[in-house]
Amino acid sequence: MTDETIPRRKFLVGAGLAGTAVATGLTQTAPAEAQAPAAATPPAAPQAEPLLLLNETEHAFVVAAVDTMIPADELSPSGSDCGCATYIDRQLASAWGGGAKMYRSGPYFKGKPEQGYQLPLTPAEFITTGIAAANAWSRKTYGRDFDRLEPDKRIEALTAMQEGKAAFENFNSRAFFARLLTLTMEGFFGDPIYGGNRNKASWRMLGFPGLPATYANLIDEYRHKRYVAEPQSIADFS
Amino acid sequence: MVTRLKDVDAVTIGLGWTGAIMARELTKAGLNVVSLEKGQDRIPGEDFILPQVRDEVRYAQRLELMWDNSIDTLTFRNFANEQALPIRRIGAFLPGEGVGGSGVHWGGLHWRFLPSDFRIRSALTERYGANAIPDGMTIQDWPVSYDEMEPFYDRFDKICGVSGKAGNLRGNKVDGGNVFEGPRSDHYPNAPIKSSNAGLMFGEAAKSLGYHPFPAPIAIASAPYTNADGVALGACEYCGYCNRIACETNAKASPNSTILPALRLDPKFEIRTRCFVTKLNYDKDSKKVVSVSYTDMRTGEEYEQPAGIVLLTSYVFGNVQHMLLAGIGEPYDHATGKGVVGKNYAYQFEAGANAFFEDKELNPYWGSAGMGTVIDDFNGETFDHGGLGFFGGGYIMGNTASAPPIAGRTVPHGTPEWGSEWKRATVKWYYHAARFNTQGSVYASRDNYMDLDPTYKDALGRPLIRLTYNPPDNEFKMSAYLLQKLEGVIKAMNPTHYEMHPRPKTFTVVPYQSTHNTGGTMMGADPKSSVVNRYLQAWDAHNLFIQGASVFPQQHGYNPTGTVGALAYWSARAITTSYLKNPGPLVHA
Repeated sequence: MTDETIPRRKFLVGAGLAGTAVATGLTQTAPAEAQAPAAATPPAAPQAEPLLLLNETEHAFVVAAVDTMIPADELSPSGSDCGCATYIDRQLASAWGGGAKMYRSGPYFKGKPEQGYQLPLTPAEFITTGIAAANAWSRKTYGRDFDRLEPDKRIEALTAMQEGKAAFENFNSRAFFARLLTLTMEGFFGDPIYGGNRNKASWRMLGFPGLPATYANLIDEYRHKRYVAEPQSIADFS
Repeated sequence: MVTRLKDVDAVTIGLGWTGAIMARELTKAGLNVVSLEKGQDRIPGEDFILPQVRDEVRYAQRLELMWDNSIDTLTFRNFANEQALPIRRIGAFLPGEGVGGSGVHWGGLHWRFLPSDFRIRSALTERYGANAIPDGMTIQDWPVSYDEMEPFYDRFDKICGVSGKAGNLRGNKVDGGNVFEGPRSDHYPNAPIKSSNAGLMFGEAAKSLGYHPFPAPIAIASAPYTNADGVALGACEYCGYCNRIACETNAKASPNSTILPALRLDPKFEIRTRCFVTKLNYDKDSKKVVSVSYTDMRTGEEYEQPAGIVLLTSYVFGNVQHMLLAGIGEPYDHATGKGVVGKNYAYQFEAGANAFFEDKELNPYWGSAGMGTVIDDFNGETFDHGGLGFFGGGYIMGNTASAPPIAGRTVPHGTPEWGSEWKRATVKWYYHAARFNTQGSVYASRDNYMDLDPTYKDALGRPLIRLTYNPPDNEFKMSAYLLQKLEGVIKAMNPTHYEMHPRPKTFTVVPYQSTHNTGGTMMGADPKSSVVNRYLQAWDAHNLFIQGASVFPQQHGYNPTGTVGALAYWSARAITTSYLKNPGPLVHA
């Protein structure tokens, strides 16, 4: 898994396919209520989505991070198999990633946490700078980049970042982790139109029906029982 | 080079609820009105359509309908001895941008203030003694009464197609409605919206404790409705894509769906979008704003628009900024307590709770966040504050509707935020978690205020508004009391587990809390204690009428929009029936 000689792109594709096989096999043992008609359909095979913004090193970091935050298990395929890394790459390449609608003028001060984000970096710059800092810290701590760590070490490393105990050089590891977690959850739970939540995996997992036409006629009928429906996404309505 | 344009009868600065109401009422009276809106146009049927509106990433996470902070923002600090820093991306509150303003993405909760709220300083003094109000609590009576406002509340209800159940109909208490409210001249236009499952459970528990539950009044039509302006509104689909998002059936009232369809057809009305008003040009001698300057944000060209009447109808921060930049009225001086512009900033003090019911199926994603059951037994002066050590209160609500998957997954405290254990807990509780809220009042304090920032500028070089704010002790005590009452109701619901969420002692601009900012251009009885008179006319510029929640002397325990709309109709009537005949001060100082 951590052979330094395997080129990153090849390594990732292989790992992604393995994850899918595991998750697909386990889907069949999910509780009956989670099996809406199409739930038995295996998730679409993860394609090697072309990257818009991240380079291969950054992408490898993101894949490793989202697969650690959202591991493949009986409830869903892994984060990257669900498209979370693709989602993050596209979001960072979007107007939002480039700092649209953000106030960016100086002077810059650290401020109090209550005053919110105060760095000059755009969201895309924040993530890529953070990845570089995280990998530098990972090399110093574990002798290799984060994506080359064994699964238990990845959990340990992410936990250190989450708690702000990972001493990144000139970068706040806690803030970096928080942003990465938010992006990952958006990718996992958002509409598939953005490249994440592939095959509506998280919506099936939750029992969230996605976009309804209307619920007005169902509320009274389902007062005290669960309403379950095949989830619909924006593409399904288009 | 500045292009000077032809005179118009009236100009609105911003086109949200108040801009639309004023433009509609003034064009009906025969005036030519131009609305200058900083953002883009937003048209139901073109911009609010299926399936695009049902997109949590675009609207709830990326905040498509909100304020563009690359052009304009404010700076913030908790205390006056700190360095204020710019809010680089809004979070705690989310003012809207573009035609319709915050009225496009709001939740729709539609309230009236209590009769006693309008005379709160007098009411507290009468009930608790002349020395009862603490020194730093700078609350004031409103210069209008509930009875004066009632016809205008009623009018706004009938524009919005509000759904609810009256609890006080012309003085007769009605069981099942809010028995604490002031007398209503008429029923709500629509029957109550269907409650969420959690809301029904909350109502039963509250009743068992002797409280008076009722369905939350909300500007979402429960049935197809034709409003007082002849505009057709659709019925709510309970789709769950409501807060932060526009409504594609026009069931949730917005200026765009209720007023603009008729207003846009009026040839006396013109909208100029992407026009950023930079300055009110004030003539101190004639006590008038003679024109407004704006930049067309498509071309960068600058214009001067002369107008007979100027309607300051932007959000709270913009209203205050315009007054300070133009030098109209005396700026508030925190050190001395003198001056009024920027004074009595208040921010709704909300706090809530979560409860988990492992044996109840709550279908948490349908309906709006306002689709719940409320008790108003502990609001304003509906209860005795003797010996409690605080003033104020708020309504308490059980809802849980609208639990979208990115932001609406509620799990018990202590659950990991990621990994397989997180995933199992998320799935386990998604259908079984209920949320509760308390909508607390804010009795203004001398330490919370707005002025101009000495360092940071907007895209056109104007100083930003600087907000100095931290909740006063009174509000923490008030909120603790509401949470204690809420906890009693939650216990009576017999949950598997519950968690109370008191507010942190230091306010932070990061997570979303409430968009109910008020104050800064208070209405009042005289120019010494207020910026505008009872008709929202500026004391120092008789053709300038300031609209919106910036005129609130303090914030009461209800959402502000119902009162914002009622005040606009009240002010418009004063302009059309009195001011036009005899332009000059409507109240003599």
